[in-house]
Amino acid sequence: MGPVNWHTFFFYLYALVACGFGVAVVISTNIVRMAMYLIVSLGATAGLFFLAGADFVGAMQLMIYVGGTLVLLIFGVMLTAQGPLISLRTSGGDWIVAMLLAGCLGALLIPAGLTVKSWNTGRPDVKEEVAQSGAQAVLVSADQKPPVPTAGDMPDVNEDGIPDKQPITAAPLGLGLLGARVDKLENVPAALRPGMSGYLLPFEVISVHLLVVLVGAAYLARSKRRAGNRS
Amino acid sequence: MAEALANYVWPWLAYLLVGVLQAGLLLIVPLVGAMFFVWIERKVSARIQDRLGPTRCGGKFGWLQLLADGLKLITKEDLRPADADAVLFRVAPYISLCASFAALLALPFSNGWVAQELDVGVFFILAVVGLEVFGVILAGYASASKWSLFGAMREAAQVVSYEVPLGMCVVVPVMIAGTMNLVTIGQLQAGLFTNWFIFHDPFTFITFWVYFTCATASVNRAPFDLAEAESELVAGFHTEYSGFRWLSFFMAEYGSMFAVSGLAAILFFGGWNGPIPVASLLGLTPEHGPVLGWIGNLLGLLNFVLKCIFGVTFMVWVRWTLPRLRIDQVMQVCLKYCTPIAAVMFLGATIWTFLLPGGGGLRSMPYAQRYVLNAPAVEAKPQAPAAKNVAIDSGSAVNDVTAVSRTAPGGE
Amino acid sequence: MQLLTQTVGVSHFLVVGAVLFIAGVVCMAVKRNALGVLMGIELVLNGANINFVAFGSKFLRSDSAYALGLDGQLISLFVIVLAAAEAAVALAITLNFYNNHSTVDVDRADELKG
Repeated sequence: MGPVNWHTFFFYLYALVACGFGVAVVISTNIVRMAMYLIVSLGATAGLFFLAGADFVGAMQLMIYVGGTLVLLIFGVMLTAQGPLISLRTSGGDWIVAMLLAGCLGALLIPAGLTVKSWNTGRPDVKEEVAQSGAQAVLVSADQKPPVPTAGDMPDVNEDGIPDKQPITAAPLGLGLLGARVDKLENVPAALRPGMSGYLLPFEVISVHLLVVLVGAAYLARSKRRAGNRS
Repeated sequence: MAEALANYVWPWLAYLLVGVLQAGLLLIVPLVGAMFFVWIERKVSARIQDRLGPTRCGGKFGWLQLLADGLKLITKEDLRPADADAVLFRVAPYISLCASFAALLALPFSNGWVAQELDVGVFFILAVVGLEVFGVILAGYASASKWSLFGAMREAAQVVSYEVPLGMCVVVPVMIAGTMNLVTIGQLQAGLFTNWFIFHDPFTFITFWVYFTCATASVNRAPFDLAEAESELVAGFHTEYSGFRWLSFFMAEYGSMFAVSGLAAILFFGGWNGPIPVASLLGLTPEHGPVLGWIGNLLGLLNFVLKCIFGVTFMVWVRWTLPRLRIDQVMQVCLKYCTPIAAVMFLGATIWTFLLPGGGGLRSMPYAQRYVLNAPAVEAKPQAPAAKNVAIDSGSAVNDVTAVSRTAPGGE
Repeated sequence: MQLLTQTVGVSHFLVVGAVLFIAGVVCMAVKRNALGVLMGIELVLNGANINFVAFGSKFLRSDSAYALGLDGQLISLFVIVLAAAEAAVALAITLNFYNNHSTVDVDRADELKG
């Protein structure tokens, strides 16, 4: 047996925590415990994001999803967790239908994820790619100028394909949101050449959407004049 | 360090030992630092209130008082209310402690002395400091007591609301630096103290004070400490906690104070760079050898820790000077004062940095230099629109870069 | 222990995403508490996010040129933001419901039943 691949070890750790606590959310009946399990599960998901090289998305998940959305959820739970509402049980018939649904979805999704061969094998074999001198090589370009690190890539990869430093994603993500896809300037792969558009329009749409949600939620949650008076 | 050690023991053991060593060193901050800061608090509050503070335990300055307090807390009876949710009650203090400790992972204590150098270091610290609120909420709920729940709700609302202006204040020095990497931000402020970002433009100066206000609110220190308001809520969310569990909350609070002070030190005050570059004047830089470089870094560590201690002392000073704010006043300050001021400061700092000739542009432009200024020549048609956008950016960026006189990360 | 020496690929992440997605769907279907349904929605969105990030990662697959790159990460950023927005509105609705009916049991929301 070779040396332990610590990336794999941490992946399995975080994956087991995320999936385990996700299933615990389903099984548990106490709403406050469910909220706790969800927090742990989403925190482990952030760890998975870091392992996949998406450090900005991982930090954003921790800050906004866990630190914002789930705090909001916990607020709601605390405000409504009174007495009998803490544990609401479902009948057995509903559980059977749900398990059937889960089984069908599982039978569909999990084999679909496992079938594609190129998805199974993990990190690119750098030596092999350089030897093949294919156009899809990540590191060396044909005209022998030193490889310019592109966004989203590991800037320094040693000969075993193991990255030496951490990925740089924050600034290229920001520039992508402004419309300049700097991560695709040098190594534009032929297969993805059409997909060079920036994300300025979705950025603006999301901003307006958030404003609308802010106004709408504030309106929905306003305090009414008299109790029981719906306007 | 781990690679060097791996020559002597198995690699996994080397990494494990180095990791444990770094974690242990960082654990000193909440554990021992909390005691030290409690001593500072007692002395400073005593002087402000025209008395002396602890003077009997450990000589004239009472420094052994902290040890005595720690021993007392550890030996106290471990209570738990009968109605409390057992698991959540026990877990809550450790969540706070873990969040406070994890924020120290990305904080560089000197040039290159950081447990984990993250490209999004600033963002990570903000994210993790915001996770401390879960410990508080769980403590408040699991204590099965009205006062605890009220305190917890108030604190959660306060921390989450103040994350917004805190983020906006943090963005200003990040924008000036051009990177979120804390080590790079510290390196950019090397040299005389006039290089510090707080003296970069008046907007950043004001931003520091808004940041400090938001950071004080974020760690629930007075005048924003409604959650623990002794006069109103008994003790807020930690009413039912005793002994070591209460100590955990306290350590988490002081650890967070240290972390946000450290962030302020790096973002605004140059991090480990002193006011005068003594280390480079004396020749204690890595160019002169690894040992001298290490000593220079040690001086940097001293600088950084002193700045953090000063930040915490300032928070203590503010606590015992100002009266406590009501919860609606706390929310008002956040939404009506801090957030608009932070937004205007951000706008002002942007205009100053990029449009005024003396502003200097970005201090470091690693991504701009890599992607915009060195953009490859246009080869094929589909790439042309992207290159045009890039060219527009590079036009203004080049002007700023050439106008800068003091640049070059690590060039000092 | 043979597992721990191999590298993980996109498919491992997809399986995790699928498990979270299925857990979320079952949670939405089974829970009577409105906030439980909301938690199911969060799980579903996170499962989808894991998929996006996995597809966007350049070192989880052997043919890294076909990775989505930053597109995957940008889409997952948008999903996070939209999930936050939707949770806020859903919570406002739930709290309104609680204020009017003194319960969060979704089985009691049957006033519009024909």
